[in-house]
Amino acid sequence: MVTENDVQHIADLADVGIGDAEPGMFTHQFNAILEYFDILDRVEGSGEVTRDLYNILREDEIEPSLSQEEVLKNAPATEDGFIKAPRVM
Amino acid sequence: MADPDGQVIVGLEVHCQLDTKSKLFCGCSTDYRSDGPNTHVCPICLGLPGAMPALNKRAIEYAMKVAKALNCEILNESEFSRKNYFYPDLDKAYQITQYDKPLAEGGYLEIESDEGGERKIRLTRIHVEEDPGRLVHMGNVERGKYSLVDYNRAGIPLIEIVSEPDMRSPKEARKFLNKLRATLEYLNVFDSEKEGSIRVDANISIKGSERVEVKNITSYKGVEKALTFEVTRQKNLIRRGQKIERETRHYLEARGVTQAGRSKEQEHDYRYFPEPDLRPLRVRSWLDGIVLPELPDARRERFMAEYGCSLNHARTLTGELKLANFFEKVVASDKRGLSPLAATWIADTLKGELNYRDMSLDLVEPAAMTGLVLLLKAETITDKSGVEVLRVMLDQRLKNEPAETPDAIVKRLNLAKTPGDTGAITKAIDEAITENPKALDDYRAGRSGALNFLVGQVMKKTRGKADPAELNRLLTGELKKREA
Repeated sequence: MVTENDVQHIADLADVGIGDAEPGMFTHQFNAILEYFDILDRVEGSGEVTRDLYNILREDEIEPSLSQEEVLKNAPATEDGFIKAPRVM
Repeated sequence: MADPDGQVIVGLEVHCQLDTKSKLFCGCSTDYRSDGPNTHVCPICLGLPGAMPALNKRAIEYAMKVAKALNCEILNESEFSRKNYFYPDLDKAYQITQYDKPLAEGGYLEIESDEGGERKIRLTRIHVEEDPGRLVHMGNVERGKYSLVDYNRAGIPLIEIVSEPDMRSPKEARKFLNKLRATLEYLNVFDSEKEGSIRVDANISIKGSERVEVKNITSYKGVEKALTFEVTRQKNLIRRGQKIERETRHYLEARGVTQAGRSKEQEHDYRYFPEPDLRPLRVRSWLDGIVLPELPDARRERFMAEYGCSLNHARTLTGELKLANFFEKVVASDKRGLSPLAATWIADTLKGELNYRDMSLDLVEPAAMTGLVLLLKAETITDKSGVEVLRVMLDQRLKNEPAETPDAIVKRLNLAKTPGDTGAITKAIDEAITENPKALDDYRAGRSGALNFLVGQVMKKTRGKADPAELNRLLTGELKKREA
C-alpha cells in the first residue's frame, strides 16, 4: 500500500511540486494500479522465469552520434550548445 | 569523549574512466574533450524513450584486467542495476551501475606505508557503471542562476574501485591513488592525462567519531589536500568538545576547503532495481585468458635487480609508466654503466625540473638525456653545470626552439671543466687536511661536523669554484685513505 507520505517523498526526490489536494488523489491512483499487480500475482504459472541468456555484448566500435542541432531540438532552453537546466544543489 | 589525537581512518571510492573507443552502452565516441558540447550523444546516452543499452565488451574486459591485477575475485554472476536520482547530469533520471552483484569483490593494493615498507590496502569491490554528464554551474559557487549541461561524458565507461577503511593518513590516501593510477596505466586501460579521468570520494573519520564523506575530489593532489583539511577540521571540533556530524561534504578545489553539502539521499531513496534491459554477466572464466603485463611492483623489483637502482629511485621511476619507459630508453646503451647516474638525474633532478615547469615528459628526448648523463659520467661537467644544461634543454623544448644537444650547450656556455680543476681541488683538500689535524682526528673519532668543516675550508681555498658533490667525493676518499 502506498501512503500519502510515500507520494510526497517521491515527489520531493523527483523535484516535482504537487498541490495540497494532489497527494490524496495520487495515492488513490497508485494504489488502484498496484491492485492490478495483485491480480497478476494470483495468475498460476510455472513460477521462476528462466532465461538462459548471459553475456550479451557488442564490440567496441564507434558509430555516428547525432548532430548537436538534433540533440538540442527537444531541449526547452539552450546556450552555446549546452542544455540549460535549473540549478540544483 | 572522542580523542582529538585519535587514529585517522580513510577509505576511498575511486572512479576511473576506462579508455575504450566507444561508450559503455552505445557507439558514441569517447574522444569528446576537444569537441563542442552535446556532439557525442545519441538516443541511448541521451536517455530517449525506447532506446536500449548494448554493453561494450571491451569495457568488461578492461574492468576484469583491473580486477585480476588487484587480486579481486570475479563473481560468478554479476548484473547491472538502475540507481534512481533526479539531477540534471543524469538524462535518464537513473544511472546504470552495479549494486548487489558487482563484477568483482575483495582484492588489495600494496602501498608504501608512512613508516616505510609495504602495506596492503584491502579492496571491497570493483564495479562498472556509466559516467553522468557534465555540468557547468553559472554564477558563483554558492548561488548560481542555472546550470549548463553537456552529455558528451554521459555513458563513458567507469570503474568504481572501493577500498576498505585501511588508510591511516591523507598521505597514505595519496599513495594509494598514485599506485592505483600507475597500475591502471601499466594495464593500458586508463589515460591519467585526460582531464577528469579520475574522481575520488573519500570517507574519513577520527577513531571513535562519525565518518564524513568528502565528494568531488578531481585531482591527485586534491585527495591529500582535502583530507588534510578534514583532519584538522574534525580534530578542532573534537577539541572544542563538539560532535562530528555524519554528513557529506564537498571539496572546493580552488579554496582547498570542504563544505557541507545538501543532505544526501538515503540509500533506499535511490530505489535500486535490476536493469531490465541488460542480461547478467557470467564472465569468470574469461580470467584465464587475461594476460597481465609487468606491473609496478614487479618492475620496481626488476629495476633494483637489473639496474641496481635504490629502492626509492626504483619506486619513483616505476611509479609512472612513462617515467619508467623513459629511464629504460635512456640507459639502454649501457645499462650498468649509466643506471646509477641516470636514476638520480631522472628520478630527482629531471622530475623536479618538469614539475617546476608543469611540463610533460613527452617533450624530453631520451637520447638527449643519455647525452647529458654521459657528460656527467665522463666528468666533463660538474653536477651544477649538469643542472644548467638540463634547464636549457627543457626550456628550449618548452618554447619550441631548436633543440641543442647537451654537448652543444656545454660548448656554447663554456661549461666544460678546465683540466686541472680536479688538481686544484685535490691540492686544496690536501692543504686543508694538513692545516687542520684536529679535524682529521675528529673525523676519525666519527664526529660528523668534521667533514663539513673541511668542506668549508676547501671551498674557501678554491673560492667556491669546486663542485660540492665532487668535492665531497674527493674529500671523503682522501679522508678514507688517511684513515686506513
